[in-house]
Amino acid sequence: MSATPSPSPARRFGATPDVLRRERAQRIAKWVFGAMAGAMVLPLVAIVAYLLVKAWPSLGWEFIADVPRKGMREGGIWPAFVGTLYLVGISLAAAAPIGVLAAIYLNEYARDNWLNRLINLAVINLAGVPSIVHALFGLGAFVYAARFGFSILSASLTLAIMTLPVIIASTREALASVPRSFREACWNVGATRWQTIRAVVLPNSISGILTGVILQVSRAAGETAPIMFTGAVFFKAVQRGDFFPYRLGDQCMALSMHLYTVSTQVPNVRESIPYATAVVLLGSVLLVNATAIALRVWLRGRKKW
Amino acid sequence: MNALEVADLRLAYGAREVLHGLSFEVRRGEIFAIIGPAQSGKTSLLRCFGRTIDFVAEARVTGTVRVDGEDVRRVKDVFTLRRKVGMVAPLPVGLPMSIYDNVAFAPRCAGVRSRSELDVIVERCLRQAALWDEVKDRLRSLGTALSGGQQQRLTIARALSHQPEILCLDEFSIAIDPVTTMRIEEVLRELRHEMTIVLVTNLVQQARRLADRTMFLWNGEIVEMGPTEVVFSEHPADRRTYEYVNGVFG
Repeated sequence: MSATPSPSPARRFGATPDVLRRERAQRIAKWVFGAMAGAMVLPLVAIVAYLLVKAWPSLGWEFIADVPRKGMREGGIWPAFVGTLYLVGISLAAAAPIGVLAAIYLNEYARDNWLNRLINLAVINLAGVPSIVHALFGLGAFVYAARFGFSILSASLTLAIMTLPVIIASTREALASVPRSFREACWNVGATRWQTIRAVVLPNSISGILTGVILQVSRAAGETAPIMFTGAVFFKAVQRGDFFPYRLGDQCMALSMHLYTVSTQVPNVRESIPYATAVVLLGSVLLVNATAIALRVWLRGRKKW
Repeated sequence: MNALEVADLRLAYGAREVLHGLSFEVRRGEIFAIIGPAQSGKTSLLRCFGRTIDFVAEARVTGTVRVDGEDVRRVKDVFTLRRKVGMVAPLPVGLPMSIYDNVAFAPRCAGVRSRSELDVIVERCLRQAALWDEVKDRLRSLGTALSGGQQQRLTIARALSHQPEILCLDEFSIAIDPVTTMRIEEVLRELRHEMTIVLVTNLVQQARRLADRTMFLWNGEIVEMGPTEVVFSEHPADRRTYEYVNGVFG
């Protein structure tokens, strides 16, 4: 210690110019970062507002429940709406069990060896494959090789393969959020891996797993290319309000595909129709996401540590 | 027969050997203390008994550990072995389930289904761990909501729930207050009549208070092992023992 005289008590906590400069930098940083975070909200608000304004003339329950008429120029989008429900539902029914079980294996059982590293690598790379490539794969694998034809089944399975890696990733993340000490405490008292998973790991990660799966709905619902190649069609005659118009082997309409066709393939469509379709698509997705968020909040309220 | 026999035990994590050929035995019904500074291999040694070392991928074990005369690496049912060797970790771990379920977990894993049987086990173990009076009215509340000291006693109750023959405690007092520590030490004195206790501690005075025999482990080697009163006397066999227990180093 040098022998500098200690400052008088009144000045001991006085701010030096250096401190003031740091505080100013901190204030600026906070505002800049905050502005960026705020800017994130802008596109969403802008998109929703723009869509709503443009879609307004066509919007209404009638638009969802009615079938398209006069070559898509009149009427609603019921067949496409139900078609999307089918595609998303079946693809999740296929992808969720496989994805969750695979993630449990990878996170809870797999040792660090070359085979499991290879599986990990495959999962990561599968997530990075563009959807149009998935579409081609689905066409070759399901439509032709497996002879499912152009059908809801082929399209759903293609979507399933596309969502699978993300489900695996989100499930693994949820499982990894359960502390290892819980597992070791279980193993120490002679619990098997499965007993540990059932008693401690799954009950405490189920909220994350479910929300991860549900969030894939939005991805699957919005995809166009994979279903366009494998089972979605331009038009399909369906009864108004019919909830079960399709079979697995049928082709179907879908919202994303419908949006694409009425926007680009059909001349002289009223402007509000594609926008209203987009609103329905976006609205359904946001509704599903809201469900996921509500579920997460509810389950987190029951968190146990 | 000894409760535990260890012969030429070597343990390596990858290329780093942490236990360099240990041989000792723990007699049935004694409290056996293992003292030594951090990084001397105490925890690793404990993990070899119930083969929980298997969970460390890069660990390599050679030599033999016999529990109740049986080579642990030959046992077919490792889960029963682990129930024979109770383990209490340094930091209390209340499982995220009710107090009752925390204690009933191990018996359930072992196949006990009867409600009345489980009730008996839960009460017995919570009493043995000196926790019963504090929690008997809220067995349904969360184990993770208990205080640190209570959770540590809950951990001990859980370790007792599968009726171990050897109870290993790894620095159990590291995260709890002195009063709770003394209560648990009291519990251990009671338990010694029913089981063998291996107590890893870096509180040398705790070993002195409790143990029949004490082993001084340092850098993966046994410096000295003998009756506690000898290890803590003015003239233990090894000079380093005297220096360690008297706080000259470590």
